[in-house]
Amino acid sequence: MNLLFGRSTPIKLRLTLVVILSFVFMGMDKYTDGSATLRAFLNSLVTPIYYLASLPNESMSWTVDQFKSREALQEENQKLKRMQLLQNEKLQRFAFMQKENEKLRALLDSRVRQKGKKMIAEVMYIDTNPFRDVVVINKGHTDGVFEGQPVIDEFGVVGQVTSVATTSSRVILISDTTHAIPVRIQRNGVRAMIEGNGRLNALKANNVPHSIDMAEGDILVTSGLGGAFPEGYPVAKITSVEHDLSLPFAQISAEPVAQLDRVNQVLLLWFQKSPDELQEDSP
Amino acid sequence: MNAVRAHGGYLIALTLILTLILAIMPLPLIFKPYRPDWTLIVLIYWTLALPNRVNVGVAWICGFLLDVLLGTVLGIHALSCAIVIYVSTSNYQKIRNFSVWQQAMIVGMLLALHHLLVYWLSHFLSGTYFLPEYLYPVLPGVVVWPWIFLVLRKYRRQFNIK
Repeated sequence: MNLLFGRSTPIKLRLTLVVILSFVFMGMDKYTDGSATLRAFLNSLVTPIYYLASLPNESMSWTVDQFKSREALQEENQKLKRMQLLQNEKLQRFAFMQKENEKLRALLDSRVRQKGKKMIAEVMYIDTNPFRDVVVINKGHTDGVFEGQPVIDEFGVVGQVTSVATTSSRVILISDTTHAIPVRIQRNGVRAMIEGNGRLNALKANNVPHSIDMAEGDILVTSGLGGAFPEGYPVAKITSVEHDLSLPFAQISAEPVAQLDRVNQVLLLWFQKSPDELQEDSP
Repeated sequence: MNAVRAHGGYLIALTLILTLILAIMPLPLIFKPYRPDWTLIVLIYWTLALPNRVNVGVAWICGFLLDVLLGTVLGIHALSCAIVIYVSTSNYQKIRNFSVWQQAMIVGMLLALHHLLVYWLSHFLSGTYFLPEYLYPVLPGVVVWPWIFLVLRKYRRQFNIK
């Protein structure tokens, strides 16, 4: 018969050790920056588990693709062609406008903005914790992903990379309670900060005075201030503006433009972060 | 005795890795709040079956991996799993004697303890507030316990894990 804990350390001692160890880790994770490298290493270690966990989903969508009927494919193809035609027309105008913009910027003696690299990444895992809005994508250190990198989808800003492992990285969504992003209103250029609410379909703008011109339906785009996001990407649309004069600030809520509740494929952006561009923008 | 001890450790590890995969597998939004805590349930089974092999240490390691996978502050799930497994290991002889449904109730209480501990720690560390949703996984956990128990007992006897 096996004696219970006859040979190894007694269980109470083990518990004490483990409790101390946990508190050491918690303290380190919470109050120091030392855990970032540890976390990156650990994340690389468990990346195979992410891959395994996303397998059933992927094989499912693969099977669905395999059994799609010819008609459905043709229909989809037609739709995509039509879409491409429309977008190409827009692109032609865009190219012209970009040239014009560059010329004007050159005339005004400001910097011409460079185009950056882009990369498509797939979402492998969406956080189950109700208090965090985080997803894991399948690109990491080996693809050149860096911490703080902006992530967008086809509609607008999704979030930014918070930690990078070898072949995967973690992206915090703009709806997370700990995330804030500097924006400006597309219509009139008024600046604001958009903060996450913990809900995927609602953001809020804090500390906006009553006098500021913000209206329902305004599109908020990244302002490029702070240097974390490139300028001009759509972030959110204002859904309600309430002026309760008993409160010091207006109550403004917005809804993200990106489809945060169904993120599947995202785009990683590389752009030149230059501090002198910031200085030029603010006279 | 040494030969007996070293038998089938990888088989236990395999079940635990499987539960880690299940813990992060993408689920439709409707089912997401009801995902049972597979890892802890399977850990509880192993501590009841083989308390001399699987106990606080293994639980802590599994909890730590959960922390890494879920992106919570390192140590939260680890500590909570270790404490819950400590409770079940120190009472394993009593719990073993109950019927499966009575065991399920006890597992439910242990799961509730786990969720409260996790909530508590994350409240202090990252300032989250309590939502009843946080306890939703307990009931599915109670429901799956008998099945997990039967399947794992079969598995343990089949491969003669001691």
